[in-house]
Amino acid sequence: MGALTLGRAALIGAAIGLLLAPWHGLENGALAAWPRGEASPLLALLLDGSRWWLWPVAALLAAVAPALLRGRAPGLLMMVAGAGIVAWIFLMGHAIGLNGLAWKGLAPLLGAPPPQPSLGWGALMVLAGGVALFSAGLAARGSFGADAFVSFLVCGSAFLLILFVFVPLVTILSAAIYEGDRFAPDALAARLTAPEAWSLACVTTHAGCGVVWNTLLLATLTGVISTLLGLGFALLAVRGNVRGAVAFRAMTILPLITPPFVVSLALIVLFGRTGIVTGFLWENFDIPRSRWIYGLPGVLLAQVLAQAPVAFMLLDGALRAISPSLEEAASTMGARRFKVFRSVTWPLLKPALAAAFLLGFVESLADFGNPLVLGGDFDVLSTRIFFAIAGARHDPGRAAALALLLLALTFGAFAFQAWWLGKRRYTTVTGKGDSGLPAPLPKGLKLGCSLVVWPWMAFTAVVYGIILVGGFVRDIGRGDMTFTWRHFLTGFEVEWHNGVDFRGSAWDSLFTTIEVAAIAAPLTAGLGILLAWLIARQSFKGRGTLEFMTMLSFAIPGTVVGVSYVMAFNVPPVELTGTALILIICFVFRNLPVGVRGGLAALAQIDKSLDEASATMGGGALSTLRRVVLPLLRPAIVASLAFSFVHAMTAVSAVIFLVSAQHNLATVYIVGRVEAGEMALAIAYSTVLIVIMLVVVLGIEKLVGRAQIGRRAATPTTMHAGA
Amino acid sequence: MSDVSITFDRVTKAFGAFRAVDEVSFALPRGALVTLLGPSGCGKTTTLRLVAGLELPTGGRIEIEGKDVTALAAAERKIAMVFQSYALFPHMNVLENVSYGLLVNGARKASAESEALAMLKTLGLDGLGQRLPSELSGGQQQRVAVARALVLRPKVLLFDEPLSNLDARLRRRVREDIRDLQKKLDLSVVYVTHDQQEALAVSDLVCVMRAGKIAQMGTPNALYEDPADAFIADFMGEANVIQGEVLGPNRIALGGIALDTVMRAHPPGAAQIAVRPESILLQPEGSPGLPGRIQRAAFLGQTREYEIQTPAGELFVVTPAASPAFAPGDAVSCAMQRVIPLRPAA
Ligand SMILES: Nc1ncnc2c1ncn2[C@@H]1O[C@H](COP(=O)(O)OP(=O)(O)O)[C@@H](O)[C@H]1O
Ligand SMILES: [Mg+2]
Repeated sequence: MGALTLGRAALIGAAIGLLLAPWHGLENGALAAWPRGEASPLLALLLDGSRWWLWPVAALLAAVAPALLRGRAPGLLMMVAGAGIVAWIFLMGHAIGLNGLAWKGLAPLLGAPPPQPSLGWGALMVLAGGVALFSAGLAARGSFGADAFVSFLVCGSAFLLILFVFVPLVTILSAAIYEGDRFAPDALAARLTAPEAWSLACVTTHAGCGVVWNTLLLATLTGVISTLLGLGFALLAVRGNVRGAVAFRAMTILPLITPPFVVSLALIVLFGRTGIVTGFLWENFDIPRSRWIYGLPGVLLAQVLAQAPVAFMLLDGALRAISPSLEEAASTMGARRFKVFRSVTWPLLKPALAAAFLLGFVESLADFGNPLVLGGDFDVLSTRIFFAIAGARHDPGRAAALALLLLALTFGAFAFQAWWLGKRRYTTVTGKGDSGLPAPLPKGLKLGCSLVVWPWMAFTAVVYGIILVGGFVRDIGRGDMTFTWRHFLTGFEVEWHNGVDFRGSAWDSLFTTIEVAAIAAPLTAGLGILLAWLIARQSFKGRGTLEFMTMLSFAIPGTVVGVSYVMAFNVPPVELTGTALILIICFVFRNLPVGVRGGLAALAQIDKSLDEASATMGGGALSTLRRVVLPLLRPAIVASLAFSFVHAMTAVSAVIFLVSAQHNLATVYIVGRVEAGEMALAIAYSTVLIVIMLVVVLGIEKLVGRAQIGRRAATPTTMHAGA
Repeated sequence: MSDVSITFDRVTKAFGAFRAVDEVSFALPRGALVTLLGPSGCGKTTTLRLVAGLELPTGGRIEIEGKDVTALAAAERKIAMVFQSYALFPHMNVLENVSYGLLVNGARKASAESEALAMLKTLGLDGLGQRLPSELSGGQQQRVAVARALVLRPKVLLFDEPLSNLDARLRRRVREDIRDLQKKLDLSVVYVTHDQQEALAVSDLVCVMRAGKIAQMGTPNALYEDPADAFIADFMGEANVIQGEVLGPNRIALGGIALDTVMRAHPPGAAQIAVRPESILLQPEGSPGLPGRIQRAAFLGQTREYEIQTPAGELFVVTPAASPAFAPGDAVSCAMQRVIPLRPAA
């Protein structure tokens, strides 16, 4: 695409945004008044003088118009105009807010302007036009190989990443450093070192320890135990020569489709004060009822139930990748079975073990649902952040400081991983067609694994059994197992008179959830693949920065994202809280890194010369992307769609801050039911979610599978077999 | 129209501090097959990619048929390239692959397909249009790649080591096919290879590269007979390079022994002297020439090869099988029919 085409498109988009679309307000309701009142386009506002400070936007647009209309693409002018439009809109948006002038220092210049609400669709179009103009200008001046399409993709994604990843982070930082309106670094220091976070009281007294220590302890335990369990599973599955492939397979799918806190519900049903197991122990063995499940043990159990299967998947892959011939070589040199395991298998597994541990550790840091439901007095950072915002003592500064601590722990873990992986490189050299029999497990080890794995599998089965049954019986929490449809009726009743009437209390949130997930998933997958393609296939200045920005949101715990979004998007110029849009945006940018990673991995399998061949034949970036790259990336796109859909349906930590009465989500609704003590309804609803996601995941798996078979084996010289 | 297809004017391509192509200048004639020849890593592929526009130069100026294309993207250069891996699109069949370029350049589907079919026919690929690339043999894949490039009627056709994925038998045929096609269609071709035999066999002009620079450019004959320095003499077929002295026109001294020979003009004095293995005539002891003793002898069917110890050092000699045979230990006399006194390597 040429710079002129893009420049003209930008001009048209921005003109429509300026002349027709409502400048303020994103909600559809306001549209009724168009083109007057709340839905006035900027043109009307400029003419009646109520937004006189935005004249420069119109002027900049008018400055580039003549050249573009006459078929010239003036590079520098377009860059200046585009950047000027974007910068001016945001500058004025911050300077003049809902209460009139916000930057008091500008009073001599601006006087006392009327209040300026948040930017709306019209502003959005003008901003997009500004970014496009800027990109066209860059391309016209020869950047990005003079390809305006690539230029626009890079500038556009950079703009979005800055707005929705970087700005919220900066906002949270500044929230932590301000006390009210006062700049107070000392307050930040005090908050960061508060005993609330670092107290070691629990070592010597009965008081609780600092929330940082709690978080670290929980994360370490979750990491270690999940990894060990996962290792046991993997050894038994790959080397144990045991039956039960279906059970192992089920273990790997379940955590993907279970909302993170659902396991907690089952644990309460089993081990709570009135739980099934608790009651059984009390009646038969006189073991007193207690609340032990509420606290570290309960949360740990729930997190391990969720993480052990993930560790299993990682280690299963690693174990299968170890070439049997390495082990055979060791045994032909006379090593005994256990020695082979100790000296060959174990060292080769180490990187995967570290990865599994770190993943468990980081997931535990980020987990919010389980500590919320099961934590009791045992607070971790994520819940403490939530209550600092949502609790009685609303204290954004404290929430921000705690969020910084959580962020630091997470970044620390990732930095450690990067350092550790950088230090030692294990490569298992596996030639293709490398056959041989994997060494069977040493007897003692197999026995040990079996003793842990089978009971744990049975336990997992019981937990999911509870979830399966819980919705269909009268009160599983108290052991009343009479069959009933009551809970499903409460949640999902449908009545027919004069059409369908969704009367159940859960329908609203379910519809919102599916709608939001269904909109967010294609956006995530699309943007993710485009970014992956830019990063892998285009060379331009700032590519590393773009990649870093993309991956950044992966390392930010959901709670922190939630808090930062609330703080950043609660007031004009970009006011999104309370809309469905903010939920969609949140999901897109949280799940983006996985889409990008998937895209990068898939692109690495596709020889770059395919792109180049297309280019030499006259295919521009757009044709190449559409006709060559995207068709080859289809499996990756579908997988990324599935992932983002499922994650949007199960996430709770970030969105619990962002939902509103009109736009509630299923997971948040379920958490609310749990807090209200309506365990059975919560379980019934969870069952519905799990079934929906199971259908989606299996359906997509089937689709991808067929896509790969349908493409027939590709040329070995141009495409290497994908995993 | 000018008679020059590609002009490089002090073109440099640097990756960081490393210059893969270093101030290279040349002008390639239109309608000729020019090979870029040189050891691995000398910058041949980079030069080709600079022509294609897949790399943009860090310095200098590139013209194609008189038009400055230095800053032009690959898609706008009207060149075509056959990749080492062929780079056939695995998700398209042969016909779709060949019509791809026409379609992205705005042709209608029907006309693109009929042109593509005609091109497939020219290359003897009729009937394979519906196959996927993975269902073709290596030689067929290669021809599809050529068809895909030619169908666009490019100003210049580029090949990067086109034979490297073929087995030895096929190579000779395919390289002759390429040469025939180039002559028939009067194409300007730039052809990258590291195999000097291949280069000698197909080229109008050979351009030998070394460490990012052009070491010498000329017809195959000129490079073989008249190499600029020891590097080229050794690279263009085997040569014994020995220390000697030029005494005058057609007269040299090797190992202290004065010899009559045929050679290009060179000022008298000490010099490196290259002697092709087949320019040495072996005769029984006592004939005029450099005395020596056979160390090793091998019979190869069409030729015989010898290693001979002489006062000037060890010589490698190839003689026709029909010439008299010698056995190891025999004393012989080596007559230098032709030698190449070398200018010192730059
Ligand atoms: N993209 C690149 N980045 C850094 N170095 C490169 C790149 N492409 C080529 N090189 C280096 O440039 C030199 C010449 O490469 P190339 O042109 O591929 O050589 P060849 O003559 O074997 O085709 C090599 O040393 C190679 O390592
Ligand atoms: Mg090469």
